[in-house]
Amino acid sequence: MRRFTRVLIVAHCLGLPLWSMMALAEPAKRVISIGGDITEILFAIGAGDRIVAVDTTSRYPAAALALPNVGYMRQLSAEPILALAPDHIIAVADSGPKEVIAILRQAGVRFTEIPDAPSVEGALAKIRAVAAAADSVEAGAAFASSISARIDAALAAVPQGQAKPRALFLFSVGRGGLMAGGETSSADAMIQLAGGRNIATGFSGYKPFEPEAMLAADPEIIIVTERTMAALGGVEEIRAQPQFAATQAARTGRIVAFDGALLLGFGARLASGIEHLTAAFYPEAARPSGKPE
Amino acid sequence: MTALAGASGRDARAFTIEARLLKARKAVLWSVAASAIVLAVMVLAGLGFGAVRISPAVSLSIGLSKLGLPTFAEFTARDDLILSAIRAPRTALGMLAGGALALSGAALQGLFRNPLADPTLIGVSSGAALGAVAVIVLGAPAAALLPTYLQASLLPTAAFCGGLAAIGIVYVIAQHDGGTNIATLLLAGAALTAICGAGIGLFIFLGDDQQIRDINFWMLGSLSGANWKALAPAAALILAGMLGILRFGAALDALSLGEADAHNLGFEPEKLKRWLIVCCALATGAAVSLTGVIGFVGLVTPHVVRMMIGPGHRALLPTSLLLGGALMLAADILSRTVAAPAELPIGIVTAAIGGPFFLWLLVRGRGQGGW
Repeated sequence: MRRFTRVLIVAHCLGLPLWSMMALAEPAKRVISIGGDITEILFAIGAGDRIVAVDTTSRYPAAALALPNVGYMRQLSAEPILALAPDHIIAVADSGPKEVIAILRQAGVRFTEIPDAPSVEGALAKIRAVAAAADSVEAGAAFASSISARIDAALAAVPQGQAKPRALFLFSVGRGGLMAGGETSSADAMIQLAGGRNIATGFSGYKPFEPEAMLAADPEIIIVTERTMAALGGVEEIRAQPQFAATQAARTGRIVAFDGALLLGFGARLASGIEHLTAAFYPEAARPSGKPE
Repeated sequence: MTALAGASGRDARAFTIEARLLKARKAVLWSVAASAIVLAVMVLAGLGFGAVRISPAVSLSIGLSKLGLPTFAEFTARDDLILSAIRAPRTALGMLAGGALALSGAALQGLFRNPLADPTLIGVSSGAALGAVAVIVLGAPAAALLPTYLQASLLPTAAFCGGLAAIGIVYVIAQHDGGTNIATLLLAGAALTAICGAGIGLFIFLGDDQQIRDINFWMLGSLSGANWKALAPAAALILAGMLGILRFGAALDALSLGEADAHNLGFEPEKLKRWLIVCCALATGAAVSLTGVIGFVGLVTPHVVRMMIGPGHRALLPTSLLLGGALMLAADILSRTVAAPAELPIGIVTAAIGGPFFLWLLVRGRGQGGW
């Protein structure tokens, strides 16, 4: 008998939060999206019209650029966000500072933090989590499975048993040198995912890459961001530069440019990113389904 | 005075000296009162302006309710939160940090008898920056070892210790024959700033994308991290440093005659140097640990004040303190509103306004000579 009462009390305690969560579950109408990947997913699952503001990393789709901007995701400030009267803030993990997040939660705004991992599973989990946060679970599930199917198809087209192309991801910062995507970088994850071998090893994250190391590793294919391509003046200019000239990639002209967020975002456009990267790695086997999104 | 009674000529002269002293004291009082009013206006503006519109009546009611007094306007919990958890600590931090930088700038310019001296010059800011940057890049494993309530204080503590360590090294290097060589102190400060710059560069190289952006924001300064919990210990250090510096007004005036004359007037230059540097390091180190590097306030404010009320330190020090706080609050209001709803780093605002304003003052005052 006593045990039964205890069970009742526990159930009651569990039930209360459940009830309050169900009360919250009616779709938020004023969402603030923090993180470029979160914004892309919200637009992709049809929740874009509910977004009232984004952060500076949200640069896709074009509609996101027209929205009010609350600043960089890690330097948010509480008052301007509260002034927009949001009823839900959906933020990628690592948004901050912590004190500001604490004040936002204290102000009674629903706040959801979305975990972030640079892998296919991570991206699919991210899509489902964002969809759940935006109360569009079904749209999210459908979108995640379509992405998953496209990725499977793209990876199935990668020929097996063949030597993996030696690839290098580069981007330029201002007029300075070029930064390469080393181990544990999202560029490294994408290269491996699409069946390539990253030659920028021995360091983690994005670091300036030494020109001689580039010659020694001799990349077959060089991947750059579109901004970097524009800054360097196009494929022919890059091929003519002495640090590139002797590499196989420069000799054969295999220098490709992608939108940085498409390639490295691990969000709504992951399938498109993988399709185009596999096509760049294995031009004779893989075919992308259309232009980059 | 009684000893002089009888000799009427001397008496008259003493009287005029006394009258002058009285006049000087009045001038100090006037400039302090006027700058206190300016600061009070900026504090009210800092509390009143923001992205969320809160009417003065509501703000006042929230203030009264905090004091347990009856209120006259209805307010929501959100307005209360914005005022008491966001704007109030931010305004307090701006006031304290601006005051600490400007006061230290005024005191160091007097101590070094150098118009370019400011807290950045003797290594405090760059030492603090190195400490902060080290925590941004390497701090995650260290923070994991700490209990949660201490994690947030890791960065300010490292910045404060970095600032103090830098000034300590500079001070020890400048010790020679039982005295502090001011020229060596300045040069050692410049050298240490360069060394810290190299260290910061190394951490930028080691850092990943996000860490580099965090470093960037820290180096440009911001008041947006203000909260009461972090502010309390820093405020105690800042106020202690400020009170210490304010006691040296007369001594700095004597020092402007040269160290030997100051000694003959009954001041001890060595003691003055030591304590002034300790106080400046405490005040600016604690301020910078919370705000990041904010340039120009410490350099420009004392010059502006000198152009208004002259170089006497008894008026210059308190006036710089109050106007430095006011200047910082004005810059913060701009930084919050110019790019709203995003926020411009305050260091950009102070440099963008302080730099040209300073040049204008220089050009205008070229004929008058002296600083």
